[in-house]
Amino acid sequence: MSAAPAYGEDKGGSAGPGEPEYGHDPASGGIFSSDYKRHDDLKEMLDTNKDSLKLEAMKRIVAMIARGKNASDLFPAVVKNVACKNIEVKKLVYVYLVRYAEEQQDLALLSISTFQRGLKDPNQLIRASALRVLSSIRVPIIVPIMMLAIKEAASDMSPYVRKTAAHAIPKLYSLDSDQKDQLIEVIEKLLADKTTLVAGSVVMAFEEVCPERIDLIHKNYRKLCNLLIDVEEWGQVVIISMLTRYARTQFLSPTQNESLLEENPEKAFYGSEEDEAKGPGSEEAANTALPARKPYVMDPDHRLLLRNTKPLLQSRSAAVVMAVAQLYFHLAPKAEVGVIAKALVRLLRSHSEVQYVVLQNVATMSIKRRGMFEPYLKSFYIRSTDPTQIKILKLEVLTNLANETNIPTVLREFQTYIRSMDKDFVAATIQAIGRCATNIGRVRDTCLNGLVQLLSNRDELVVAESVVVLKKLLQVRPAQHGDVIKRLAKLTDSIQVPMARASILWLIGEYCEHVPKIAPDVLRKMAKSFTAEEDIVKLQVINLAAKLYLTNSKQTKLLTQYVLSLAKYDQNYDIRDRARFTRQLIVPSEQGGALSRHAKKLFLAPKPAPVLESSFKDRDHFQLGSLSHLLNAKATGYQELPDWPEEAPDPSVRNVEVPEWTKCSNREKRKEKEKPFYSDSEGESGPTESADSDPESESASDSKSSSESGSGESSSESDSEDQEEEKGRSSESEQSEEEGGKRKMKKRKKVTEGQGDGSSSDEGSDSSSSSSESEKTSETEEEQVEPASWRKKTPPSGKSAPVAKEISLLDLEDFTPPSVQPVSPPTIVSTSLATDLEGLTLTDSPLVPSLLSPGSGAGRQELLHRVAGEGLAVDYTFSRQPFSGDPHMVSVHIHFSNSSDTPIKGLHVGTPKLPAGISIQEFPEIESLAPGESTTAVMGINFCDSTQAATFQLCTQTRQFYVSIQPPVGELMAPVFMSENEFKKEQDLQAGR
Amino acid sequence: MIHSLFLINSSGDIFLEKHWKSVVSRSVCDYFFEAQERATEAENVPPVIPTPHHYLLSVYRHKIFFVAVIQTEVPPLFVIEFLHRVVDTFQDYFGVCSEPVIKDNVVVVYEVLEEMLDNGFPLATESNILKELIKPPTILRTVVNTITGSTNVGDQLPTGQLSVVPWRRTGVKYTNNEAYFDVIEEIDAIIDKSGSTITAEIQGVIDACVKLTGMPDLTLSFMNPRLLDDVSFHPCVRFKRWESERILSFIPPDGNFRLLSYHVSAQNLVAIPVYVKHNISFRDSSSLGRFEITVGPKQTMGKTIEGVIVTSQMPKGVLNMSLTPSQGTHTFDPVTKMLSWDVGKINPQKLPSLKGTMSLQAGASKPDENPTINLQFKIQQLAISGLKVNRLDMYGEKYKPFKGIKYMTKAGKFQVRT
Repeated sequence: MSAAPAYGEDKGGSAGPGEPEYGHDPASGGIFSSDYKRHDDLKEMLDTNKDSLKLEAMKRIVAMIARGKNASDLFPAVVKNVACKNIEVKKLVYVYLVRYAEEQQDLALLSISTFQRGLKDPNQLIRASALRVLSSIRVPIIVPIMMLAIKEAASDMSPYVRKTAAHAIPKLYSLDSDQKDQLIEVIEKLLADKTTLVAGSVVMAFEEVCPERIDLIHKNYRKLCNLLIDVEEWGQVVIISMLTRYARTQFLSPTQNESLLEENPEKAFYGSEEDEAKGPGSEEAANTALPARKPYVMDPDHRLLLRNTKPLLQSRSAAVVMAVAQLYFHLAPKAEVGVIAKALVRLLRSHSEVQYVVLQNVATMSIKRRGMFEPYLKSFYIRSTDPTQIKILKLEVLTNLANETNIPTVLREFQTYIRSMDKDFVAATIQAIGRCATNIGRVRDTCLNGLVQLLSNRDELVVAESVVVLKKLLQVRPAQHGDVIKRLAKLTDSIQVPMARASILWLIGEYCEHVPKIAPDVLRKMAKSFTAEEDIVKLQVINLAAKLYLTNSKQTKLLTQYVLSLAKYDQNYDIRDRARFTRQLIVPSEQGGALSRHAKKLFLAPKPAPVLESSFKDRDHFQLGSLSHLLNAKATGYQELPDWPEEAPDPSVRNVEVPEWTKCSNREKRKEKEKPFYSDSEGESGPTESADSDPESESASDSKSSSESGSGESSSESDSEDQEEEKGRSSESEQSEEEGGKRKMKKRKKVTEGQGDGSSSDEGSDSSSSSSESEKTSETEEEQVEPASWRKKTPPSGKSAPVAKEISLLDLEDFTPPSVQPVSPPTIVSTSLATDLEGLTLTDSPLVPSLLSPGSGAGRQELLHRVAGEGLAVDYTFSRQPFSGDPHMVSVHIHFSNSSDTPIKGLHVGTPKLPAGISIQEFPEIESLAPGESTTAVMGINFCDSTQAATFQLCTQTRQFYVSIQPPVGELMAPVFMSENEFKKEQDLQAGR
Repeated sequence: MIHSLFLINSSGDIFLEKHWKSVVSRSVCDYFFEAQERATEAENVPPVIPTPHHYLLSVYRHKIFFVAVIQTEVPPLFVIEFLHRVVDTFQDYFGVCSEPVIKDNVVVVYEVLEEMLDNGFPLATESNILKELIKPPTILRTVVNTITGSTNVGDQLPTGQLSVVPWRRTGVKYTNNEAYFDVIEEIDAIIDKSGSTITAEIQGVIDACVKLTGMPDLTLSFMNPRLLDDVSFHPCVRFKRWESERILSFIPPDGNFRLLSYHVSAQNLVAIPVYVKHNISFRDSSSLGRFEITVGPKQTMGKTIEGVIVTSQMPKGVLNMSLTPSQGTHTFDPVTKMLSWDVGKINPQKLPSLKGTMSLQAGASKPDENPTINLQFKIQQLAISGLKVNRLDMYGEKYKPFKGIKYMTKAGKFQVRT
């Protein structure tokens, strides 16, 4: 057959040389020859202008391709039809073209112009399909054409065409990786696309082309999170997996609170500090349990991701459910991971391949988070109809889930399994029992007894496996189990499985002291059958002989020498080697070998018991659900799941809207000022800690020093006042966008709010602090502040900073519009921010969360309700100004209003019942308050730096009301300005304690 | 992502191959054959096989291995899920998915595969869209096509892909508008030797067949939605409304689809509708064993149990069985040692039983384990969990559709250990 060699060559070209030529198809030879003849008529059919004939020909050609036969010689005939009017012919030609263009590059070029025309078609679907085929033709020459087409399609009106463009990106990249930079531009553009159709495909392209360019995701992060639920299933999987990686680089570990306990405190402090700085209004208040440390607050974006992926656990697609499950496993706080268990257990109803993958992942998860799957223990019970590989995985999970409480049921199940007909499974069950026995001390004896009973099983495999497991178990407490060892010794007569025999021999040798009578006898028997044994058994016989020689040389000397002589002439060199080695070691030679004195120590050294561990331990360093995890080896193209960062990168990069220019610059600035900001705000936690440990003395000195220098400072700051104000406002508006979405949750959890406020004030503060201080100082200062600041001191910038922000945040939260400065009560002449600064507040939530209801600083708080006060309503605010009479006093503005219909007369403070240290400077008596009128009075209270309430009487002519004012910590502090040296001095003083 | 797909039949022939990127030689399947040999049974072939340059991910359905070749890291479930979707699509297209059918329709199969993936990434996997792109072959159409020379490929371009409801094709028209919903519940249970339940769960699905004109918007509500513990939805279901109102609100795909699958919460005790009395014993010395099973109804809520089939894998030592059933027919395959007894309906007055002897291999010792009995049955007009559909409403269209709900309970993985 003359055509045969040519055909073979063709084949080689297409499918790689050395391929077995249709080895599987017995008829191929015959068919092939007729095929080849038929090619002529196929060509004829393709050349006609009858569509039906062409179609018939194309169908036959496609059928050939499908069967893996070569049809490349038809290329010229087929490619002519690329512009055929008949749509099915056209489609089949496309199929053909995509398959063979790579091999016939020159001819393939003939078709390009058709596609280029197609790219301009008014119908979006034709544009898309033209791009699809064009990009699928793997011909390097057309790379520039493809690039151009992709770029154009990326800005097409139709999302479907844009989706196709996204698909084309990885194709081009695999063809020519030099185009990477240009392609990244296209990806960046498409990432910004707002349609669900494109999202999945472009993330796919991103993952293939530039998974390392995580910065491209920032701006699209929130959009992707929000679109996710509407993206088609395949896209969801890719996006979720990418976002998992993204979140690992951008957010802080939600479990760090727990882990921090072990870590050094300094690091811990930095970590949590930053969290707080970036996590306004998150729900994570639950984590505030540790009072001494700033609580972890989840970044709202982190929360957004978790919230938006959760519904996808309900997806019908197993791949999506798994993707969400791994996201939760890697990213969610411990308390929330549990939700995935139910969904994963649901997948166990699916096809066995799905079960296989899911069980692998469950096995890994169940080691780390056993509690999660415990309620579903019964779902992992094994049915006799399960395939063996599923059975073994289920067994693995059951073993991982076994604990003190459920072990009886688990063992009862295992008992049923041991009787199974599937011997591989039985062997695995025995190993599982062994693992349960080592892990759960309570059942060790039960398991041991059970395994010993199995020794009388008829099936040798079962016995052998039991012996191997018993050997491991006995190593833990050999002394008590002499009888078991005796029983095992008896088995040497019957059991044939080499591994089991070897195990028994090793056990007898190792614990020969416990069975002094039997051991030599076993050796005798083994010596007899030595030549017939398997290699591993022989090695153990030598071992046994050596050990017995060392402990009981009287009885066994001859036997040992016999065994060693036999071994000396063994066929296996390993055994010969071992025999020689052993002989030299144990038999004292003339030279008085130095080693033989230590032989006993060498052979009978106490050996650590083996640990029976799951093979799934530590597999979770691979991203769950990935191929690499399944194989427990890094697959090509696997993207490592990064560790959590210790400090969260700037969260503002994910902000999208840019409403005004000032803000832009502001953000710019913020970025570069990031470091000083963090270190500054670190000072903030000072009061928390000090107040915690020793509230009276420490913060007393603190606030004293600050109030002293505070007055001098206001002038220096007032220059930057305007600037500051603007900054404060802009950052506040930024805040509001960020928080707009979070409002709801904020309202729900008032307590959290306090923290949120405090922290967001930090966030804003960097801008103000950077402007209020010269950059240089803050920069240098930062470095010195850092190491010690967490201990306690409040650095000046930290103090001055939060004010502007504090205000704005409170505005946002409550009632006043953002632009109004709520601090200044109407009666006080205080227009400048600079003066406000003096009455600075540092809300420190964990201490007094209940007081931090909205408006703690600026808003009015009720002192006396008008019903209780019989028409007299009294509110108070902290004015944040020094009280004129006494610098130690906090000035409090009391607003009276009379809603009754009679005038109230003689308003004054009655005899106060004050706790030690607290003193009050009363306001001057108010003669009369007419109905409907209101007035304000100022009084000073020295809270003595405690947060105890000042209780006093409010008297009118007729009545007396007991009222109390409890200050938030923040209201007790004043800003201080000090030079670096002063600061250091103060710091040293503080460090001394 | 997915490089290539090979379809392999049970005798190890590759009868179809499709490549979405450059061609991968079929010799890569040798690794698969090796693994297949090692596994002895088809279902034990590992779904993921690493080879030096590729990874083979396979599913086994309808006696065909669908082997996908991938080159780089990709979530394995992504591929496996896709392969199952391919099988489902074939089934949807051709009614059955078997080697001869695929071979007969190889061109359609090829066209469908071409549309399903682009460069290895899923493009159109909704069968509604695919059917718009490539029409499934029917006898009528085949006849018409041969006469007129027209094609299977849709001449309209698929607009469904562009719509906000990508699962529904546009321009649907029916003269009879009907929507049928089947609530099917399966009981998974393991019953131990003494007849007590070790584990029992109810898994349910709602399969729908919706043939409605235009763009109907349906809502389906339950009398007792609290029963549903864990649910998974077709993408058409609006998740938010379920969360807030426990109502299924959706624009359905056209034709058959699975609307919902659910799991009934574990707190509810599962009523086990049948019991099996068994007495299977092997004697140590004799070569004969006794075999006797009786099936009876337990908690059936007054319904009859139908379609009962009892199967059991007998131990290897059993050579043959001579049994007499009181009703139905039974078979025993001496090669696979599989006993199967097709019981039919259970009549509570006269319980069906199967009695007789087993002849064992002479000299062989008695098997360790008694065989496990697998049970299949059906109960019409009953959802064993008590789930009830309250009402079905349609919005968005003017006409009055015909609506129907059917309930059924089936045995899922129902095993009795003896």
